[in-house]
Amino acid sequence: MLGYLFRRVLYALPIALGVTLVSFLLVYIAPGDPLNAIAPADAPEEVITALKATYGLDRPLPVRYGLWLARAVQGDLGASIASGRPVAAEVMAAVSNTLVLAAVAAVVGVIMGCVLGGLAGYRAGSWIDRVASFLSVVGVSVPHYWLGLVLTIVFSIRLGWLPAMGAGPGGSGEWVWDLQHIRYLVLPALTLSVIPMGIITRTVRALVAEMLNQEFVVALRARGLGGAAVLRHVARNVAPTVLAVAGLQLGYLMGGSILVETVFAWPGTGFLLNTAIFQRDIPLLQGTILVLCLFFVGINLLVDVLQPLLDPRMGRG
Amino acid sequence: MSTVLDASLDSALPPQPAPAQHSRSYWSVVARQLRRDPVALASALVLLLIAGSALLAPWLVADPLQASMLRRLQPIGSPGHLLGTDELGRDMLARLVHGGRLSLLMGVLPVLLAFLIGTSVGLFAGYVGGRVNMLVMRTLDVFYAFPSVLLAVAIAGAMGPGMSNSLIALTLVFVPQVVRVAESVTTQVRRLDYLEAARLSGAGAFSIVRVHVLGNVLGPVFVYATGLVSVSMVLASGLSFLGLGVKPPNPEWGLMLNTLRSAIYVNPWLAALPGAMIFVTSVAFNLLSDGVRSAMDLRR
Repeated sequence: MLGYLFRRVLYALPIALGVTLVSFLLVYIAPGDPLNAIAPADAPEEVITALKATYGLDRPLPVRYGLWLARAVQGDLGASIASGRPVAAEVMAAVSNTLVLAAVAAVVGVIMGCVLGGLAGYRAGSWIDRVASFLSVVGVSVPHYWLGLVLTIVFSIRLGWLPAMGAGPGGSGEWVWDLQHIRYLVLPALTLSVIPMGIITRTVRALVAEMLNQEFVVALRARGLGGAAVLRHVARNVAPTVLAVAGLQLGYLMGGSILVETVFAWPGTGFLLNTAIFQRDIPLLQGTILVLCLFFVGINLLVDVLQPLLDPRMGRG
Repeated sequence: MSTVLDASLDSALPPQPAPAQHSRSYWSVVARQLRRDPVALASALVLLLIAGSALLAPWLVADPLQASMLRRLQPIGSPGHLLGTDELGRDMLARLVHGGRLSLLMGVLPVLLAFLIGTSVGLFAGYVGGRVNMLVMRTLDVFYAFPSVLLAVAIAGAMGPGMSNSLIALTLVFVPQVVRVAESVTTQVRRLDYLEAARLSGAGAFSIVRVHVLGNVLGPVFVYATGLVSVSMVLASGLSFLGLGVKPPNPEWGLMLNTLRSAIYVNPWLAALPGAMIFVTSVAFNLLSDGVRSAMDLRR
């Protein structure tokens, strides 16, 4: 078990390092000189040189990467070009908002997906199976930014039940777990949850249908176990896979919520990325991408570590 | 985890040859299977309709760029404008039909490019094996560590708005995924005896790959790629929706959704129309891909 843990961490490290390299290189696929954003086009030569020295742009690329990485490890992601504030602080505030949204969406999606997929697999070929597979196709195909728009039209504009934009009354960025704030969370979380719902439904349905055909289930039934008891055994076998898929989905949602956040003006990383892209604020873009991806790597690692707890066979391999 | 991996590897295995008594070619059996699948047929029909009307758009509908400040945001069903007009008074029907051109192109082209590049890289890495394979696959693992939407937004965002930039971004998102499928099949096939036989009889690496490996790899990669088209459609339109893809005034569904968003308080359902087009196309691609997948799985 300890050896397994060690191997997983060892495997995640080079990937995390690669992620930092890709995030770092993002600056260099951006067209134009990064200085264009701060220095006027007719700036004198010495000002340009001074600016280059301040931002370390006069050093060779590998050195710049090393310096950048050393600072990033200490939590210093540089300063936003547009606002001058430290990138790390801005990203962390936004990440916590995105995490609220993505986690709630993932939980809702996983629960709905397990129920739908479980029912569909248990009654394969029935009407509920058809409804579930229809819903899962919709879940994986729907452009969620459009779904968000449709939900806004129905529940905010037509019915007036829920707010259409923001993450709380008064437009404050601070998230609090109370009824007032949760009303703002309902629509974006529901919109985002259809993706994991669709994928988990598919996975669980296939697994349950396959599991029910296996000999151990026949043996359980032959020993006189009822539906609920059989289902418990099946659930125990399905759980590790569902955990793995759900973990991946949480990571995808953290990165993929950018579009939904734009639709609902949710003050998370999506909003930050949008600002960074259109103000050509590359350090902010870089920092946001880096933090989100490291989250993704971390979640994957966590899933890898948790899985043997649900399925002891894995830890031994 | 093991079960899902097995399942996905299962579908990535080379398709088994058709039973001998049919004495038909593999693809004619697949085509016959597809013809018996009403859902796949209906999806193909919907896609043909959308693609056909997009292709023939200049002859079918009015000019999508003809703006009229006097007839802005006319509701659906107004005289002369069957689906109303947009925020600049341009005919919605014309824009939706024309919009299919860029939207479909942006859905199919990145997948096609990723299919070509990814298959080549996967074949190479899988066939050469050893350290080269390790190097290629571990490098691609890094790109796997990026959620696809984020990677697309990061690349397109850094390179700046524009259609070709989002095309490059999407292709880069899909290449590692295609490589994985192609590499895993190639690695499986490489160990088989008949390949050893070909090698012993003096066939060169290139002709072995072309004659003996490619046929096994194309099927699974093709099935995988068909599933990517709907993802690509939704992502490409998403980039346009963010303002990173197609530039105005060109009609494209994601961009139309973006520019009409401010109109949801005036004329809500009109604003939702372009998204409905993305949705219908994406569902149709997904259902067709499911049909192709099960038609090519002849082991049932």
